[in-house]
Amino acid sequence: MKPTVSATPSGKPRLTTSAMIASIAADGQRTKPAPFGHALVELARNRADVVGMTADLGKYTDLHIFAKAFPDRYYQMGMAEQLLFGAASGLAAEGFTPFATTYAVFASRRAYDFIHQTIAEEDRNVKIVCALPGLTSGYGPSHQAAEDLALFRAMPNMTVIDPCDAHEIEQLVPAIAAHQGPIYVRLLRGQVPLVLDEYGYHFELGKAALIREGRDVLIISTGIMTMRALEAAKELAGDRVDAAVLHVPTIKPLDAETILREARKPGRLVVVAENHTVIGGLGEAVAALLMRSGVHPVFRQIGLPDEFLAAGALPTLHDRYGISTAEVSRQMKQWLGR
Amino acid sequence: METVGTIANAPTLAQRAYNIRRNALRMGEVQGQGYIAQALDIADVLAVAYFHAMHYRPEDPSWEGRDRFLLSNGHYAIALYAALIEAGIIPEAELETYGSDESRLPMSGMASYTPGMEMSGGSLGLGLSIAAGMALGLKRKSSRARVYTLFSDGELDEGSVWEAIMSAAHHRLDNLIAIVDVNNQQADGPSTEMMAFEPLVDKLTAFGWFVQRVDGNDLNAVIAAFDAAKSNAEPRPRIIVADTLMGKGVPFLEQREKNHFIRVEPHEWQLALGALEAGKKS
Repeated sequence: MKPTVSATPSGKPRLTTSAMIASIAADGQRTKPAPFGHALVELARNRADVVGMTADLGKYTDLHIFAKAFPDRYYQMGMAEQLLFGAASGLAAEGFTPFATTYAVFASRRAYDFIHQTIAEEDRNVKIVCALPGLTSGYGPSHQAAEDLALFRAMPNMTVIDPCDAHEIEQLVPAIAAHQGPIYVRLLRGQVPLVLDEYGYHFELGKAALIREGRDVLIISTGIMTMRALEAAKELAGDRVDAAVLHVPTIKPLDAETILREARKPGRLVVVAENHTVIGGLGEAVAALLMRSGVHPVFRQIGLPDEFLAAGALPTLHDRYGISTAEVSRQMKQWLGR
Repeated sequence: METVGTIANAPTLAQRAYNIRRNALRMGEVQGQGYIAQALDIADVLAVAYFHAMHYRPEDPSWEGRDRFLLSNGHYAIALYAALIEAGIIPEAELETYGSDESRLPMSGMASYTPGMEMSGGSLGLGLSIAAGMALGLKRKSSRARVYTLFSDGELDEGSVWEAIMSAAHHRLDNLIAIVDVNNQQADGPSTEMMAFEPLVDKLTAFGWFVQRVDGNDLNAVIAAFDAAKSNAEPRPRIIVADTLMGKGVPFLEQREKNHFIRVEPHEWQLALGALEAGKKS
């Protein structure tokens, strides 16, 4: 997430972020290029049924790497998302395993009925892989998929995954291909941060994983917010706050057992952190689970507000909407009275 | 058994069309309602599709080599069930369950309920996109099977249909045969008054399709159109624009005030069956 700095006429520095091709990685952070594209190529070498499809966003979803390796297994469907998902259903009906890519906003908002009826209702084996999840573009609401998790969680038959980093994306590609049924995956593309390899983490479909132990607060996080939570936990350690981080990449089905096991441990503030509106995502899913199970810790949510988000540079926006590392730390300390 | 209509001593296509209409009327009587006017208008097209054009195995509806038939206009399910019963894919006895709880024959067609139903329609404008994907898939498998898809003129209002029309031509899907039922009736009134779609043949031709327009209730014309769609050697998707008459075969329903969902009184189902039979004898 390295902003471009240029001078304004008044001489003050101006932060801008390239709207679509920006990396979410911080300056100096370890990254890996196009983990999805490379993992899909690896998978496809042994899986002749795997095909790639996109709606004019191959280059922007890292599918161009697959297209280059397997040009005859790549379908460019034009800028037509309804067609993309209907045709993906048709290819799946014929025994293929389509990985269909676009931006999260277009899958969730424009093509929702097509995914609902032709893929989910018919339980077709389509992997829907979507870039620019949540607030990962500064382009404005047209490209900010703040509500995609809520929409796909509400769809029967749909599995929903929000990976944290390149390490996890590489691992989930073969895992979702081994699963029979429709899956929605949030995609990080381009230079993708590399974080979880340092923790010896291994992705398992449907499983939450405790990445870090801690006595004072349990952060239940998904997607890039696990990266933020781990960074914040390191900062908080300096203030003698001991934060545990439970990573929940599979939003649906939810790993209720692991979440309840951790949430039941006494004396910890429970905070759910997600790169998504506070409505209908992981936060409300966990809240409902805890209520249904009679587990009542002090509970807080970190997520995007229920409003149309601004356009601008991502670092500015992540600060403004409370999902930057600094803001996660600040909110945590405030809630803990430190 | 593959192409049922080629078997010696098989019922004529006119007999098949009559049986499809009769099956549909009997289902309508069970429920006291149904999109019967549409079923009657499309019976001739379905007779030609299932008993002249398509290859399939009634005892094995998911036989890999079958021609696929995608019903985009899910509310025409009553018509397709009638054809699937006539084809021996669904037992005739199930006709009594139409639209009832636990039935395999829901009012709107869904793939997970019914053998021989290849897609879940109902939300209009879906079928042609799925058909394009299936046609791509069949080509990937070097299959000689074809994809047939039926949709209604009202669905031409949906932008997704035009996405698929462009895509099928772009991908040269010569294994795709679409049929559009132009009965000029959609939910709020005559289709041409809801959103003008003419000149349809010119439009579809300009979009790169092999287009034929026929009287969809003239069996010989429909047979010729299916034959030409199959034998055409051009690398284009094919479409048959079928002009049909709602209620066809039951004169008092043909003349009833045109409506998307025509009202049939309880005592009229038997009258309709009688009128259908009288028309057959004449």
